[in-house]
Amino acid sequence: MPTRLSVNGTDHQVDLPDDVPLLWVLRDEIGLTGTKFGCGVAACGACTVQIDGEAVRSCQIALADVWGDVTTIEGLGTPDTMAVIQQAWVENQVAQCGYCQSGQIMQAAALLAETPAPTDAEIDDAMQGNLCRCGTYPRIRAAIHMAAARLSEA
Amino acid sequence: MSRIGTVARRTFLIGSAAIVGGVAFGVYKLRQPAPNPLQPATGQTALNPFVLIDQQGVTLIAPRAEMGQGVHTTWAALLAEELDVDMASIRVLHGPAAKAYYNSAMVADALPGKGYDTGEFQHSVGEALGGIGKLVGLQVTGGSTSMKDGFVRMRETGAAARETLKQAAADLLGLKRAQLRTENGQVIAPDGQTIPYTDLAQAAAKIEPPEVTLRDARDWRYLGTSVPRVDMVGKSTGTAQFGIDIRLPGMKFAALRINPHLGGVMKGFDASAARSMPGVDRVVDLGNGIAVVASNTWLAQQAANAVQVTWGAAPYPPETDAIFERIEQAFDDSPNSVLRDDGDTASVPEGATTLRAEYKLPYLAHATMEPQNATALFTGDALEIWCGNQTPVFQRNTCAKLAGLKPDAVQVHTTLMGGGFGRRGELDFAAYATQVAMDMPGTPVQLTWSREEDMTHDFYRPGALARFSGAVQDGRAVMLDAQIAAQSATHQALGRWMGLPAAGPDKVLVDGAFNQPYDIPNYRVRGHVADLDLPVGFWRSVGASFNGFFHDTFIDEMAHAAGRDPLAFRLDLIRPVHAPSAGTLEAVRALSGWTGKTPEGVGRGVGFTYSFGTPVAQVIEVVDEDGTIRISRAWIACDMGLALDPGIIEAQMIGGMMYGLSAAAFGEITFAQGAVEQQNFPDYDAIRMHTAPITEVAILETNPHLGGAGEPGTPPAMPALGNALFDLTGIRARELPLANLFDLRI
Repeated sequence: MPTRLSVNGTDHQVDLPDDVPLLWVLRDEIGLTGTKFGCGVAACGACTVQIDGEAVRSCQIALADVWGDVTTIEGLGTPDTMAVIQQAWVENQVAQCGYCQSGQIMQAAALLAETPAPTDAEIDDAMQGNLCRCGTYPRIRAAIHMAAARLSEA
Repeated sequence: MSRIGTVARRTFLIGSAAIVGGVAFGVYKLRQPAPNPLQPATGQTALNPFVLIDQQGVTLIAPRAEMGQGVHTTWAALLAEELDVDMASIRVLHGPAAKAYYNSAMVADALPGKGYDTGEFQHSVGEALGGIGKLVGLQVTGGSTSMKDGFVRMRETGAAARETLKQAAADLLGLKRAQLRTENGQVIAPDGQTIPYTDLAQAAAKIEPPEVTLRDARDWRYLGTSVPRVDMVGKSTGTAQFGIDIRLPGMKFAALRINPHLGGVMKGFDASAARSMPGVDRVVDLGNGIAVVASNTWLAQQAANAVQVTWGAAPYPPETDAIFERIEQAFDDSPNSVLRDDGDTASVPEGATTLRAEYKLPYLAHATMEPQNATALFTGDALEIWCGNQTPVFQRNTCAKLAGLKPDAVQVHTTLMGGGFGRRGELDFAAYATQVAMDMPGTPVQLTWSREEDMTHDFYRPGALARFSGAVQDGRAVMLDAQIAAQSATHQALGRWMGLPAAGPDKVLVDGAFNQPYDIPNYRVRGHVADLDLPVGFWRSVGASFNGFFHDTFIDEMAHAAGRDPLAFRLDLIRPVHAPSAGTLEAVRALSGWTGKTPEGVGRGVGFTYSFGTPVAQVIEVVDEDGTIRISRAWIACDMGLALDPGIIEAQMIGGMMYGLSAAAFGEITFAQGAVEQQNFPDYDAIRMHTAPITEVAILETNPHLGGAGEPGTPPAMPALGNALFDLTGIRARELPLANLFDLRI
């Protein structure tokens, strides 16, 4: 039986076994490739998306267990209409290879939604599950602080 | 830089050719004695940059692949600097514009009649790649060479294109070229009339590019400044397309399992259970493993894991200790190289203090964030491959051979890479994808490694051993004698890439040790090649990734044996030999406020390595927090001559250091029963947000030669961390990773 799924405000019907992880539904079925596969065991955060605003590792959420509306990096903003946090990522020139950055941004966006002005320690806590082999951490930190400041002005 | 310019003037020629609606420019290398740029021999090719100007603007086809190092951005800046176009208007293949490119030209050519857009631009690109493409030497991206390679050629291409467009305008207006100027993508006549390049492109194709003089650095607008990266918006919005993101109509998804005993055969397999699993299309015999094709990657992975396989043994000793015994045996053989042999290391000066040390470094995985993958479409008489890779020509040749096709029947589409670090110079991903695609002609298939397959089937940074002896006297080093033993990644890679036999002195094996700018009168470095059939490859900074640790740690040990401040000890020995190297030590001393003393509970270490033409000095600070040690701060000073883009260089320096710190702290690949033990990030971890030091970078510009940026930041990080831990604890680490020896924060 097809499963209904709301992704970035659009309803999808997918006909897949219940245990297929959300990550692969997004990437291989719906074609939203902005969410990345990194480890498959929730150890790198590359697959981070939000469900009802909560940052989750989509490689660990079975299709049948998706409990709310899914937001992926594509739903956060587009190249022409970037979210504040994406703009901060661009202004701080964060990405190197860029592969982990969708997950980093989704995690950071969830952090800012809950903690509008995070301290460095709070950033450490929230972001330590998101691995970056290029070592972009200092600029990620700077971008989060910049986005926090911008959002507080808004 | 003038010397480089002179050489370039003699060495390179700029050619142009007509394309539909415009003109293409390329640079080719003039070879002796019989230059024939149309048919360059493998390894000698050189038409690197490739610029298209047509009705839609300027497109740079960068022959160097973007794996995060920013090469597309700086190459675009080099072009824009002379061409007088707005940097942001240049489309760079594989950059943010690459998505459009793939969706159109490449894919359109790949899948005729599949409904893709086939506009004029796509045709011109296809034609250019097919015709002039013969000139394009899509060489290896690696060795921190892209700026050295592109610095002159890319600007000359821009200048030649500019002058050719001006000539076209001059012909049109009945004026002389010298009367015209250029700005923002247009030619401007003395009366203020402007003609966009796009309108001149077709006429320019009929004009031989004139000789050009490059602009003086004082007039540069882009170079020397931090420009917005061309790939940044795409990478911040999930729209940048990596190899794993390729989607083609009707595409299937595949997973694989290769013999975990690397190089071993597959004796047999039973796929009956796998074949009946959901979504499974087929199981493909790869010879030394299997691939499962399914309707999505995860279903393919599940089925691949359900295949019962009988594996053959590996051709190397099955346990880590036995592997290192074999490496150690290499010391008994005569050296493969003695690339430094100054003075007499056999006789120690009277009254000198001697010391000896042995070091051991593990095998390491690249662990790119994007697991290895490739997408292939085989149609019987042609093959197309999409993958992030550092070696397109070798990919093409390898896949052509596998498919029984001529190389020109194979098209390799290079995508953005989710990390390279040397791993994507290998050929396995494209080769296996080819094998799978050949089993299903007409259907595109994407083959993706699980993280576990990626981790356990790498071409590893070789494990390495070193024996150092030295002598200090009156506060200075008077003798240093080093022996290094490891497998030769160079020999293996050349064999895989070009079928060349393993032979000759391997300079890379001792890189970072034999070529350090120290004034030591008796100074010898010998390299010993270990004979082991275990897959090894190039890993960010290659030989310097182990020699940097060996050499600099021993220097640190000598400094302490001499009773000197370790930074001052290095500086005294380096200053007479190489001023830019000394400059980095002085800069990092100032930046870090180095005093040689640290408060209780704090340790600091300095590390220095000269590699890829760039000296880098780092100071790492560690803090004891209730028994757990945290890497708290870091300072980096580098000197690569011209800092073409300081923002990108800073990112590369920090990233290179983090990569080195990750390896030094946590990185270790070990073997049990012939297979790699580490499977995934939980047992092969890296520096993360909460373990990354706060870092400051100083970029110096005194080096008379243009050095690399991507790799030189990695080697000194490892000894600097070990030296800091010695400063904190008094325990000298002669093996890595340090987490085995110290209670590091994880």
